[in-house]
Amino acid sequence: MLKTFNDPKLFYQFAGSAVKPIFLAAAVLACVGLYMAFFVCPIDATQGNSYRIIFIHVPAAWMSMLIYVLMAFFSLFTLAYGSPMSAVMTRALAPTGAMMCFMALFSGAFWGRPTWGAYWVWDARLTSELILLFLYLGFLALQSSIADRRRADSAGAVIAVVGVVNVPIIYFSVRWWNTLHQGASVSVKGSSMAQIMLYTLLVMVAAFMCYGLGTVLARSRSVILERERRETWARKAAIKGEL
Amino acid sequence: MLNLFAAVVRRDLMLALLQKSDIIQTIFFFAVVVTLVPLGVGAEPELLRSMAPGVVWVAALLAALLSLPRLFAHDWADGTLEQMMVSAEPLTVIVLAKIAAHWLVTGLPITLFAALFGVMFDLPADQTAVLVLSLLIGTPVLSLVGAIGAALTLGLRAGSVLTSLLVLPLYIPVLVFGSGATVQVAVSVSPAAYLMVTGALSLFALAAAPAAVTASLRISVQ
Repeated sequence: MLKTFNDPKLFYQFAGSAVKPIFLAAAVLACVGLYMAFFVCPIDATQGNSYRIIFIHVPAAWMSMLIYVLMAFFSLFTLAYGSPMSAVMTRALAPTGAMMCFMALFSGAFWGRPTWGAYWVWDARLTSELILLFLYLGFLALQSSIADRRRADSAGAVIAVVGVVNVPIIYFSVRWWNTLHQGASVSVKGSSMAQIMLYTLLVMVAAFMCYGLGTVLARSRSVILERERRETWARKAAIKGEL
Repeated sequence: MLNLFAAVVRRDLMLALLQKSDIIQTIFFFAVVVTLVPLGVGAEPELLRSMAPGVVWVAALLAALLSLPRLFAHDWADGTLEQMMVSAEPLTVIVLAKIAAHWLVTGLPITLFAALFGVMFDLPADQTAVLVLSLLIGTPVLSLVGAIGAALTLGLRAGSVLTSLLVLPLYIPVLVFGSGATVQVAVSVSPAAYLMVTGALSLFALAAAPAAVTASLRISVQ
């Protein structure tokens, strides 16, 4: 398995065979999850129908945090072993993570408007998620501004590791700041959920995970082709142009 | 190792004092930002008094950011940095010494001038004292963590803006706790907890940042 990961050509082929089934699984899970979200889950006692956005909002937020941790994990390998495929995975993960983060913030704003009356409040979790978006954007900005590929890989890896160390510090400091400065006294997630809502949420989380995995694998294929563009197999594969 | 540390600190201080305009520019920027805020939000004393800790801290952050490129850029441009890196001396010690000199030249003046700005915002004496103390404890973090950003973006075209993007999210904890300490005094609560956490952040940065900076330098200077 490690050999498949470490060799760009083998990983390209593996990813190529995996992407379509994973996207299919994501589509099926999403259909099931959305159907359950809109038609099976009952109307909430306090929030009415507007709570249904959590089925997009929560998976996106979880994915954004998971992807950042994965980026840091691969970054450690990049720094410790100079593993080029780890750098490929980090690069592939970043845009998906940033998009999930943005989706979480965006959907959260539209949840906040009917429930709290405001698009944005300086709640601890919202502020931390916003800072996570800045960390993602900083990583993307750094990688895109360094021309030398190996330096870009390593520099991005350092900032990803430094960022992941800071994420819990930032979260707790923002929570401290929020409780002391008397922020909005609302909870982002209400009391314990009804069973059916929990199941729907889990289905949507699985859908998002499959979607995220598929996207990252597809993107990693593009990154590999770009890096191996001098190899014959890469040129042929680029011309074929599969997802 | 202490000899090395002292030698590098002395060197950097001498270089900084030769070009005093850099220090003065940092203070000047700090002063201008602090002055802009009342012009933007109105001069109502109550409002300014409540905003003062946050405003002074944010201005300190921005002033520290502005001074970061100076940390490595000059040495990198004339080749001294490369010599430091290939020398037999531990790079971590050299880096720590450069950061210490940087703090003496930016963080310390910022801390001292903050007392003046406390007066400008009509802060009571005890709050100004805690503000200065919080800056004294917290500004080392700005130099230490900022050095990571400066080392990563060494020689890049959009250097200082990119450094700001990278480093500002990492500054947020020290901002929260540093400015929070003064706010506590305003509501007659002891700032000890906040100051201690700020100190903890400084110590953590002191322990962890030099290694990160060294790694970043080795990446940036091939």
